[in-house]
Amino acid sequence: MAGLVTSFGSGAMTNSIAEISDASCILAIGTNTTVAHPVIALRVKEAVRRGATLIVANPKEIDLCRFAGMFLRQKPGSDVALLMGMARVIVDEGLADEAFIEQRCEDFDAFKESLEAFDLDFVEQTTGVPRDKIVEAARCFATSKPAAILYAMGITQHIHGTDNVMAVANLALLTGNVGKPSSGVNPLRGQNNVQGACDMGALPNVYPGYQKVILPEVREKFEKAWGCSLPESVGLTHTEIFDAAYHGKIKAIYLIGENPILSEANANHVKEAIDKTEFLVVQDIFMTETAELADVVLPAAAFAEKDGTFTNTERRVQRIHKAVDSPGEAKPDCWITSQIAQRMGVAGFDFAGPAEIMAEIASLTPAYGGISYDRLGNEGLQWPCPTPDHPGTPFLHGAKFAAPSGKGRFVPLEYKPSAETADEKYPLILTTDRSLFHFHTATMTRKVAGLEALDDRELLKINPADATRLGVEHGQTVRVASRRGKMTVEVDVTDVCPPGVVSATFHFAESPTNELTNSALDPVAKIPETKVCAVRIEKVS
Amino acid sequence: MNEVTLTIDGLAITAAEGTTVLRAALAGGVYIPHLCDHPDLDPVGVCRLCMVEIGGRMVPACRTPVSEGLTVATGSPLIDAVRRTAVELLIANHPEDCLTCSQNDDCQLQRVAAYVGVDRGRLGRLRRTAEEVPVDRSNPFFNYDSNKCVLCGICVRTCGQRQGVGAIDFAHRGFDTTVSTFGNGPLAESVCESCGECVVRCPVGALAPKALEQPSREVKSVCPYCGVGCGMYLGVRGNKIVSVRGDTENPANQGSLCVKGRFGQGFVNSPKRLTTPLVRKDGRLVEATWDEALDLVAETFSRHTGDQFATIASAKCTNEENYLAQKFTRAAMATHSIDHCARL
Repeated sequence: MAGLVTSFGSGAMTNSIAEISDASCILAIGTNTTVAHPVIALRVKEAVRRGATLIVANPKEIDLCRFAGMFLRQKPGSDVALLMGMARVIVDEGLADEAFIEQRCEDFDAFKESLEAFDLDFVEQTTGVPRDKIVEAARCFATSKPAAILYAMGITQHIHGTDNVMAVANLALLTGNVGKPSSGVNPLRGQNNVQGACDMGALPNVYPGYQKVILPEVREKFEKAWGCSLPESVGLTHTEIFDAAYHGKIKAIYLIGENPILSEANANHVKEAIDKTEFLVVQDIFMTETAELADVVLPAAAFAEKDGTFTNTERRVQRIHKAVDSPGEAKPDCWITSQIAQRMGVAGFDFAGPAEIMAEIASLTPAYGGISYDRLGNEGLQWPCPTPDHPGTPFLHGAKFAAPSGKGRFVPLEYKPSAETADEKYPLILTTDRSLFHFHTATMTRKVAGLEALDDRELLKINPADATRLGVEHGQTVRVASRRGKMTVEVDVTDVCPPGVVSATFHFAESPTNELTNSALDPVAKIPETKVCAVRIEKVS
Repeated sequence: MNEVTLTIDGLAITAAEGTTVLRAALAGGVYIPHLCDHPDLDPVGVCRLCMVEIGGRMVPACRTPVSEGLTVATGSPLIDAVRRTAVELLIANHPEDCLTCSQNDDCQLQRVAAYVGVDRGRLGRLRRTAEEVPVDRSNPFFNYDSNKCVLCGICVRTCGQRQGVGAIDFAHRGFDTTVSTFGNGPLAESVCESCGECVVRCPVGALAPKALEQPSREVKSVCPYCGVGCGMYLGVRGNKIVSVRGDTENPANQGSLCVKGRFGQGFVNSPKRLTTPLVRKDGRLVEATWDEALDLVAETFSRHTGDQFATIASAKCTNEENYLAQKFTRAAMATHSIDHCARL
């Protein structure tokens, strides 16, 4: 997201889901769309049926490849080289949208200069993708309009994830594919309300609506609205919070609806950090692996037991309605948080209901300024929606970019290798993935018997060549070890993974993949590199 | 799009150019019997029930485009005879268990049979001796009973064209024709993704959900899994979610749902839900009242404001809840250390 803010001034999906069907070319990079976002994949398939060319760029031969006109199988962690290589071809062959660059963009020259380092020999060698395929993909992307880019965690969960995102944004700017229907740069958000949680300022550097905490005028605005004094410096990110707890600096953690013991990279470290935390409060709907370690567990209401709004990946704010009562004494999170605040004697937490909270959100968040419950109706509203008569915004950056300059910014980039690469001791690269039948740490999906029946255990996917070399067979149980941890898991021998690459999900507590993964952080976005981690496989006797 | 006016059974009906006579008639409130047509799919014209007369010729309404001034008759002695034979052949071997069939009261075959009017005596003469095929119960969420299949192909087209999965297709020929997976194995061992889009569209009871409880009311909601934000209706009976239906008017999903969205909401009813606050005493988490738990939290948090405190918020919670979580962290705890799993 930080990458998109640098390039475009706003870190959200630029276009709408329904528009994907009318794209003429789609580049799907670092997204296993049919598995992680199955209903968006339907729009991609529809576009292909209508004649679009789909380019899939992924180290793994994912299901979406069945629909792809081109499949670029880059090595894990080589996305910047691939995207810059494509950009180089587009510039060299005169296929760039010069009018768009001239009128709508800035810093093109510096970017163009940085392309010098990406001659196709280097790109081919770094990515493992044959040069003629890179040329073909670049030409197709530049000449088929409108062209849309879809990406997900395969782009962001790298030590250079921000660079990856900016490389994607560069490509869209270069071909004039921003600010038009069925084009754009479209990060597919993983959780149902991850967009909303960001919009609401559940982030250490911004208040609701991405208003920076370090700006004095912003701080004053919120101090006045909330009637309190507020800290001046930014807070800690997810991974930094557990580091601080590990070092004894953070003594109390209020953890709402998360299960970092399974989801966080280098999970053993998180477990130790939690052990050292004096006071952990977990608010959840289930007794998760993390809740087991808490000092206080507060039972929360599930989505079907409360009113409120979620904001989906295309910035659409939608209403949910209470359908059933919560079991036992479980309560909506709003009630619980307000109760804690009130018992601490803090004012400003006596709302009559979620509609009243949304009114306060609208009063302080420009992009949500025109949003109220009585306007959300059947279709919801897509932000920015600044005023009560604004119809919402299906695609961003139409007339000008959200950045202060109003321009889209090219960012010069260089190739940086992943934090860990394969070596003699750890000769394979492990990349994480997801299953169609489970979600994140599977706290919810593994409670559904049918989903558990369809997918009940972790399978480590490994190429037949690697399996033969290691002497392991399909269905055999092995131990996978990284520098940080190990797990035992059953092997699935398949050429979905290229030689040298293995993959696993992180849905199953019995095979906790994130005890292996690397928590090395992208320096800007602070996202851990869960997509590339060096491992070795040992036979279990 | 241009509109045209046509006449169906003497009734003037306006329809968009490019639509078919069948869909124009249905939209205009005129029923024409049909089984294989579905508004989400290209028409194929295989059931031959929607035959109509135009200009003295008999044509399938589902394959005939509307045009200005077109005059359509939905019935005639010849059409009635053709239709009757087609329906009789379909139902002669159809199981007669309507009352215990999950599609009862919502079955297109019942509707067609009722419209045409079927003579029980004639049916007996048409019945052929056929072995009952075992029901495929391998999928955890729905069954496939080929004995009830009318071979309309809606499931095949949904799976192949619309979902791009192609787990099922027609197999064999003539009277032996069935809808089958590759190699005729159980659905659960095929490439089926269990999205249930075929089940939703099956006009009869051949593809039917295992969960048979019907809801007494529906509540509009949004799927709690991935970021697509599919609109859906939760079917509620008493205090339990018993069904899920995709919201066709929602722009994000246009009625589609995946396996998790359609069949994965049962966690809400799970007996493993947390139902009471728990507080750690002597190393063990024990049940507590809300007052005890909240007072303990408020009192302890009060001692750790500022840099000693952090909140991990949730991308599963609502906007309003996340807003309160960050307001609480900033205003009550005097720190900006709040984050959530956006990066994971």
